[in-house]
Amino acid sequence: MRTLILRTIAPYLSALMMIFSVFVLLRGHNDPGGGFIGGLLAASAFAIYGIASGVASARRAMRFHPMAIAGSGLAMSVLAGLASILFGVPFMTGLWAPPIPGIGFEVSSVLFFDLGVYLVVLGAVTSIALALEERDEE
Amino acid sequence: MESASNPYGVDISQAMILERVALADWLLVFPVALPLLTAAILVMMRRHPNLHAPISLGVIGVVLFSNVVLLARVLDDGPFAMTMGRWLPPFGITFVADTLGVLLAATAALVALVCALFGSTTINATGKRYGFYPFLMLLMTGVGGSFLTGDIFNLYVWFEVFLISSFGLLILGSERAQLDGAFKYAILNLVATTLFLIATGLLYGVFGTLNMADIALKSEALRGEGPLMMLATLYLVAFGMKAAAFPLHFWLPASYHTPRLVVGALFGALLTKVGVYALLRTLFVLLPQEGGALSGVIAVVAVLTMVFGAIGALAQADIRRIMGYVVISGIGIMMAGLALGNEVGLAGTVLYAVHSMLVMAALYLLVALMRQVGGSYSLADLGGLYRLHPLLAAIALLLVLSAAGLPPGSGLWPKVMLVKSALDGGAGWIAFAILLSGLLTTLALGRVFALAFWRPRAGGSMAETVALDRTGMFALGILMIPILWIGLYPEPVLAMANAAAASLLDPVGYSLLVLPAGGGS
Repeated sequence: MRTLILRTIAPYLSALMMIFSVFVLLRGHNDPGGGFIGGLLAASAFAIYGIASGVASARRAMRFHPMAIAGSGLAMSVLAGLASILFGVPFMTGLWAPPIPGIGFEVSSVLFFDLGVYLVVLGAVTSIALALEERDEE
Repeated sequence: MESASNPYGVDISQAMILERVALADWLLVFPVALPLLTAAILVMMRRHPNLHAPISLGVIGVVLFSNVVLLARVLDDGPFAMTMGRWLPPFGITFVADTLGVLLAATAALVALVCALFGSTTINATGKRYGFYPFLMLLMTGVGGSFLTGDIFNLYVWFEVFLISSFGLLILGSERAQLDGAFKYAILNLVATTLFLIATGLLYGVFGTLNMADIALKSEALRGEGPLMMLATLYLVAFGMKAAAFPLHFWLPASYHTPRLVVGALFGALLTKVGVYALLRTLFVLLPQEGGALSGVIAVVAVLTMVFGAIGALAQADIRRIMGYVVISGIGIMMAGLALGNEVGLAGTVLYAVHSMLVMAALYLLVALMRQVGGSYSLADLGGLYRLHPLLAAIALLLVLSAAGLPPGSGLWPKVMLVKSALDGGAGWIAFAILLSGLLTTLALGRVFALAFWRPRAGGSMAETVALDRTGMFALGILMIPILWIGLYPEPVLAMANAAAASLLDPVGYSLLVLPAGGGS
């Protein structure tokens, strides 16, 4: 799959998909979207980058091991649930910060939970995809 | 808080919990949230596998402590519940701390602590890097969640969590035999959980709720309209398969001897018992009349499971496989209490579950230590271990007696209760089967003891004394304390088992605890 066309377009395409995945993640609270689908988009961005430029450069672009990213997401989701211990409400209660004008989304523990889901899906699916591509390259 | 979350002047008291949640109620979440968080952190620390064991031991210690405090609180002040996300009970997912769930969760945490300790020396660096401890923590999350949740779909989710982590633990090492065993294990367990999911979907269609307390209240009114008998049968098949009850038990001996023995200890101790626990919840709290109607089937299954399990143990020569069959035989004995369905029988089942968790973990760890000393798993090769390690032999003898249900071990009292309950209930054949399976188990494990410990070693030369893993010996010693304690002074645990049995026979009481208004949706 190492054609010149794909190799030229892949970095731009991946970057575009990453931005779109964040958009889908943030829009997810009230509209279709959310952490799971956003994470899948981000994982496919890395998969495309891996196909075009090789698994080694995709892993370099990620900086962290995909499983470590998944772990950080899981930790973030649990911590977002545990945050409600400070407010005297049950586990996993949504906590909302006062709205910040101009950013277009509301900061809340729900958002961090969703961000955790995003990272878990991104890490786990990328880990599988890159392992399969690695086998392909051999 | 209230004004901030309610800007539109809507009366949210219809849907949400408004009173403050006491900090002590959070104990209910810790046995699930802490292992999950630790698993996530350990996955991130994949470059430092040496730190996995100390961190895991610390966290499991905290989880065990919070379970014990929870148990003390439940015994003192009675059971309590916490519903996630502030939604009122039938809508939010409820966690319930009652004697049954917390007693089993605390025992499971103790077993996990011992296995984490045992694994710190017996699992090599590759195994640790491969993720033994993260998988162990996820397994604990799933098992703890199963025992504490009060929502039937949430129970399914926890089943999946511990099932998936058990796949990871099963193939730790990636040997050929492990992959073969894992394949059988995975297929059969996926069939069982799919049946569980189908039954739960059907139940949601009939009841319109997934909250166990709400289901228990509504099952009275829906009786005669909905297919409740079918639901109860589906749950019996699904959980019977997970618990390795007779016609569906064959996956267990095919897979439990392949993983690392500390993993076998975890599986033999925890996973089948979660199946029995789920049977208790569904057939007694959710669908009590249908469960009662199935008691004849359960009795036959129980008797066949306990007898065939013990015969299977007699037929094997590999000590790992013998332990697999002993697990199955114990499942039959627990199901006998389910079939009898009276308070003494159920208390016997609960007590036997606690006993079986401790003793099965100890037996698998014993097998691991026997392998270290004797160099083999086969009864044909082992011998002379008594000479080499008298202390190990003493522990082995106590464990054999305990597993067979003889004093001074913990197996005596639950069997006494079950036999008494069977004789009182006019089911002499169940009592006979329990005693027969006890005799056969004594023979099977006595054979292990006689051949591996008493018999002089075949080769004759006994010069080399293999140093025994001190940490492993210490871990096994920790397990012996509760085993002997229950055997010699059963009163406290007996009182807990009786309380658990009484609450199982009072589903309305369980419902009122979760739904104080008594209404539901």
